[in-house]
Amino acid sequence: MIVSGISEKAGTKISVSRIRKNLWTILVYLLLVVVLIASVAIHPSYNSFDFQTLALGALPLALAGLGQSIIVFGGGIDLSLGPLMTVANALSARAMQHQTFEQAIGTALLVIIIVALASMINGLLVVVTQIPDIIVTLATSFVWSGVALFILSAPGGGAPSAFQDIATGAFISGWVPNALLIMVVVTFIFWALLRFTRIGLSIFAVGSDRQAAIRSGVGIARAKIASYLVGGVLIANAGIALTMTTGVGTPTSGSLYTLSSLAVVVLGGVSLTGGKGNLWGPLAGALILTQLPTDFVFLGVDPNYAQAIQGAILVVVIMLGGLYTLRRKRLHGQ
Amino acid sequence: MSRGGVQVTDGKRRSPLSFLRRYTLFSLAIVTLILVGFIDVLKPGTVSPGWATSILVSAAPLGLLAAGQTLVVLTGGIDLSVTSVATTSAYLVTSLVSHGNVFALVVALLVGVVVGLINGIGVAFFEAQPLIMTLGMSLVVDGALEIYHAVAVSNLPGVPAYVSLIGSGTIAGYIPYSLFVWIGIAFLIYFLLKRTGLGRAIYAVGDNEPALSLLGIRVWQIKLFTYLACGLLSAISGVVLVGVTSAPALGLADTFLLPSIAAVVVGGTSIFGGRGSYGGTFLGALILVVLDNVQVLLKAPEPVRDIVYGSIILLLTTIYVRFISQSR
Repeated sequence: MIVSGISEKAGTKISVSRIRKNLWTILVYLLLVVVLIASVAIHPSYNSFDFQTLALGALPLALAGLGQSIIVFGGGIDLSLGPLMTVANALSARAMQHQTFEQAIGTALLVIIIVALASMINGLLVVVTQIPDIIVTLATSFVWSGVALFILSAPGGGAPSAFQDIATGAFISGWVPNALLIMVVVTFIFWALLRFTRIGLSIFAVGSDRQAAIRSGVGIARAKIASYLVGGVLIANAGIALTMTTGVGTPTSGSLYTLSSLAVVVLGGVSLTGGKGNLWGPLAGALILTQLPTDFVFLGVDPNYAQAIQGAILVVVIMLGGLYTLRRKRLHGQ
Repeated sequence: MSRGGVQVTDGKRRSPLSFLRRYTLFSLAIVTLILVGFIDVLKPGTVSPGWATSILVSAAPLGLLAAGQTLVVLTGGIDLSVTSVATTSAYLVTSLVSHGNVFALVVALLVGVVVGLINGIGVAFFEAQPLIMTLGMSLVVDGALEIYHAVAVSNLPGVPAYVSLIGSGTIAGYIPYSLFVWIGIAFLIYFLLKRTGLGRAIYAVGDNEPALSLLGIRVWQIKLFTYLACGLLSAISGVVLVGVTSAPALGLADTFLLPSIAAVVVGGTSIFGGRGSYGGTFLGALILVVLDNVQVLLKAPEPVRDIVYGSIILLLTTIYVRFISQSR
């Protein structure tokens, strides 16, 4: 259980060990390629429009998954992610309804700050009360859904179409939808932030081995709060992405995302025990989880089956992942 | 790290806090009574035998759902599929009525056993993370029910009479039948946890799993058992729940998922396992339902209700974790 990322990093830089270390990520991308090839094979008229639909559907899920990943890296877990997303969705849709494009951008920035601070409160509560993350965020999930209902009691609001185009458009080419660009750029930025800044590394340190982190002088409380703050920025973006892609605010829009963000995290190879994983895996995970149901619809399978199949795939992946870590543990003689 | 289901007597008890520490159930009962007293002050005359009956009737499904959850949490796990199982069993016990009541009930309960078995195999043999394993299973179960609903059921019959009786029927107008189911199961779980080797092993798995496997105890059997029991109890809860609402629907029990965990936690069971009791969960479920009732009486709007509910869960857990139990 204590095979930490850090101890491996200290080893050799031979490419074999790098491959082994990133094996899960590589496999997830292979799976993504297989899923995409399957889509084209099943549905020969697969065109740039289908691809845009995929990117658009995956955008909120990917951002939510990335936010959840960062919190999980720090050894936490956020069960209030969906309600927080809803707060961002409701807040932005309500404020932006009659705004111009420029005003909407300003509003979006404000919403990001507010929701990131709300997420930081989760982190603060964990640090102050010393209650496990899972219980704190379970309790705040009720609080944030109440707040979302305060902001918007029924579906409504809107956003200027130029603002929605940021996500729904394809400025470069039909095969490079903006949504995909956003996902890749955001992943890159946040991954760089985590890998190359002191606070980013401290998040991994706390999640990987708390005791060791304390002894090496890492500010535990600061790292924990930072993980929720940075994750909160992404969660806010996920909620705004919902506003962009759906064009409305709904007081329950985010409710499904708490659990599906966890599915993305696990499929992406991020260990729920903290301190291990990267952001590229979850990105692919979100794309796979979005494309799979579409493939089944292409196959002529009743859309009703999609959820059961998605769940079954998740269960199989989890079990295989469990077997894989079991084998590794035995190999390392633990 | 010596925290135990096995009682540790520390010899010194001076402060009132250490009294509460020793008598968690007692302090939870006081919280419940304070809430009830609060209701009586707010709306004099509300608290009556009839009111108590209605509270018990609505608390029973949550209490049963949280019963399975308690067993799983005691081993350090968690089960997110409890509500999917409850919804499915509630649906099946109604839709299969034309095949006979016994058949319908057996199939409904069997669903819980099968889902619990798969959860248990995933967690115990494949060492999958319980959180994500049971989440995956809940997707499978929800999806399967949706298929069944779309393909096999064209016209859903009414809830059979015996189910309504179990869910909301009362003896002499005051004692609900579901209370017998609930208390019966509570006693079974109490007996299991406090009087059997398996019960002690359940605490031990949550307390120190590596030590247990070093002793040569097959931890997988214990884990498998708890998930199996949790599945069965969730199915029973579903049957009781549909007896209360008399309207089976997709997503019937969904709103109970977080409360089922909250009841366990408020009841003083450690989310890391190894410590706690079903008695605590029993009162935890009651507290949550009474709390809901307070807010209904206050005519609090839904957003306020959610916020207060969440804050109180946080407050009770903080008090418990920081002041009453000593470690973490």
